[in-house]
Amino acid sequence: MAALINVPAKAKRGDIIEIRTLTSHIMETGFRHTADGQLVPRDIITSFTCRYNGTEVFRADLFPAIAANPYLSFFTIAKESGKFEFEWIGDNGYSSTASASITVE
Amino acid sequence: MPTTRRQFLSLAGSATVAGTIPIVTLRPLEATPAMLTAAIRNVVGEAQIRTGKVKLDIPPLVENGNTVPMTVSVASPMTANDYVKSIHVFNEKNPQPNIGNFHLNPSSGRAQVSTRIRLADTQKVVAIARLSDDTFWQVATEIVVTLAACTEEMN
Repeated sequence: MAALINVPAKAKRGDIIEIRTLTSHIMETGFRHTADGQLVPRDIITSFTCRYNGTEVFRADLFPAIAANPYLSFFTIAKESGKFEFEWIGDNGYSSTASASITVE
Repeated sequence: MPTTRRQFLSLAGSATVAGTIPIVTLRPLEATPAMLTAAIRNVVGEAQIRTGKVKLDIPPLVENGNTVPMTVSVASPMTANDYVKSIHVFNEKNPQPNIGNFHLNPSSGRAQVSTRIRLADTQKVVAIARLSDDTFWQVATEIVVTLAACTEEMN
């Protein structure tokens, strides 16, 4: 699935960096009806995790009140060069991953 | 003791007044729907929630409730001994009271989270932060929504 990740390519050790993520997902609330009265079943992302070289640095539980194509921005301290791994988990077995590298000087 | 009509009426009147006043005063000034309170208690437990430290940035007037940008930040040094464990955001009038739970740690550096949310109606949004010493801090903001989200028909 398409995801947009914004992580600075370079940072100084100890810098607080902002990470922004955007993934494409319908985030169907499960509260909407079609024109003929059928309830549209819920289909949302329920969990987002960010790991920095294997250690979890941010986690979010999402609910139907999160807008479609969930956008999340958060902060972390640049400690060492390496990889950020992102994981989205949702209804109906939905799972999506992305990653980004950073060079810490 | 014989009761005159006048005495009876004044007695009945005061009884009615005494009977109605408690019912009126038992209603809280600002009706907080039970679901919101239950959802907050689910996270907080019996702990006391204090006001302050948390800042909620949402436009006060929203044209489209389908995507409302929201930023929550907490005044915290984010050190190993004093940091924000989690931020919980709730709403009052969507079909479901939860919006999101965000779990932080000392390596977050800054206690700030942004996302985009849905609001089904003009309502109150509450953000609660849980600090490392297990105290809870909250802020509530009133948001006016002109086009509601969530409940419209699919085309």
